[in-house]
Amino acid sequence: MLRGILTIFRKEMEDHFSSTRFLLISALIVMVGVIIASMVGMGIQEELKGMAKPTLIFLLLFTATGKLFSFVQFIGFFGPLIGIILGFDSINRERVSRTLSKLVSQPIYRDSIINAKFLTGVVTIAIVLVAIVLIISGLGLRLIGVVPGSEEVLRLLIYLIISILYIALWLGISILFSVIFRSTATSALASLAVWIFFSFFVGLGAGVLADALAPIPQSGTQVDPEIILKHERVQRIASSFSPMTLYSEATNTILDPMRKTTRGLILMGPLERLSLTRFQNPLPLFQSMIIVLPHLISIIALTFLCFGICYYIFMRQEIRTV
Amino acid sequence: MPYFSTWGEDKVEGQAIIIAEGLTKTYGSQVAVNHLSLQIFEGEIFGFLGPNGAGKTTTLLMFLGLTEPTSGSAKICGFDPSREPIRVKERVGYLPENVGFYDDMDARQNLQYIARLNHIPDSVSSKRIDEVLHLVGLLEEAKKKVGTYSKGMRQRLGIAEVLLKEPKLLFLDEPTIGLDPDGTNRMLDLIRSLSRERQITIFLSSHLLDQVQRICDRVGIMINGNLVAVGPIEELGKKKLGVEKEHYTLEEIYMKYFKEA
Repeated sequence: MLRGILTIFRKEMEDHFSSTRFLLISALIVMVGVIIASMVGMGIQEELKGMAKPTLIFLLLFTATGKLFSFVQFIGFFGPLIGIILGFDSINRERVSRTLSKLVSQPIYRDSIINAKFLTGVVTIAIVLVAIVLIISGLGLRLIGVVPGSEEVLRLLIYLIISILYIALWLGISILFSVIFRSTATSALASLAVWIFFSFFVGLGAGVLADALAPIPQSGTQVDPEIILKHERVQRIASSFSPMTLYSEATNTILDPMRKTTRGLILMGPLERLSLTRFQNPLPLFQSMIIVLPHLISIIALTFLCFGICYYIFMRQEIRTV
Repeated sequence: MPYFSTWGEDKVEGQAIIIAEGLTKTYGSQVAVNHLSLQIFEGEIFGFLGPNGAGKTTTLLMFLGLTEPTSGSAKICGFDPSREPIRVKERVGYLPENVGFYDDMDARQNLQYIARLNHIPDSVSSKRIDEVLHLVGLLEEAKKKVGTYSKGMRQRLGIAEVLLKEPKLLFLDEPTIGLDPDGTNRMLDLIRSLSRERQITIFLSSHLLDQVQRICDRVGIMINGNLVAVGPIEELGKKKLGVEKEHYTLEEIYMKYFKEA
């Protein structure tokens, strides 16, 4: 059982790391990551001058927006592309080249094929992400000269795990399309369409939906806070259908200890506001984790759901040469 | 050319390596294979004939456990392919029609991958790969990428690949289709030598009748999912054409069955 998986795993790994398109996209992502981090790093360097004991600076490398966008936002947008590129032709390429019927007639369980392909993708994603984060950390160490504390390292580690799961979700989606569609071009386009839909249009659609369900009056000085709250709630629920929203909320919260909620808008009374400004302390790691737990579970559930559907369809498919 | 002469019948006495009983496969309302009952004996070369779409490939897929029969059962090398497909696949080699390879790898890498999937340790497989490449005459071209191979070379590499697991039984689906005359001859010689020198039972599915006649001990004719005839060519000829002829061609016999169906 395991032997078959390991053999396929080994071959797929070799394939990924010798495939031009994978190397190109990884190089691109590493390059952009390094550019963002060095821009942010130089900015931090300026601001740190004269500060005696800076705390919680290191993670700013990943979360500060700099001139364009932060590294975390960048991975949220373009990370899915790694997953899609690793998965969109994993099954149908073998179907087109007629190697799939040969593979299933070897003495291995049929599910080893799909398990191994998914596993290879996840491991490859992990390698790429860990490499990028290490490169940026090394760069950051040189640029800002601040050593991260153990809590920051732990936060980065959790960030990595969430990111791997998030990109694995997109890997699952693209493998699903490669099982369903016979043509690699179709499965690539379908994966891209889903990516664009969930990453861009769900956010827009959530705004439109919120405007329709709970319109905020344009004129008039006094707007009922209830309406604003309702508007916000509708928008939040609608946009949480997008894995990208889930991911960016979760990672922003885990990497920024000063954030105490995943929400964008908080309504608070004068006393709460007072307490917030007076007790500006970072949240302990455990508390941050509790806040992002629902998001994390949603991402894991989506990933497993996707892989489950994929597995089910693949196991039931007729393998024919013609 | 007495390839289907008396010694073929001695072999029929041997042990059955394929036993199919009432094997049926339907896709919706369409019957692909209809109550197929058949026995193939160890060491013989069996030609499985029929027009395109007669259900030959479906039968092969059921024998390998790659598709579930709707009803009926099969025993391949003593194992039920729908219950223990792994055991069957360990013992049986299957060369699909127009077999595919990983075109960006060379012949040896392709074979090594398949050897590993068959749990053959690398120390054993490296020797065995040389041996099978030599047997199919591709040892010289082993370092070339398979993408550059001709059709005939790919087919021979396919044979090399199924031999890696040292099978007792080979399913060959249209092994000579699309080959030039020279390639066809080499392929048929190869198949015959596998049967004679390695005692591998060969189940050959084809619609190229003259080639089947050249190498097969017994044939089965499948039309529209029904197995209409099984037996040595001579016997079928006597039965169907009636006249005492010196030599029956498979084509005459086949066309007779085909017109009746």
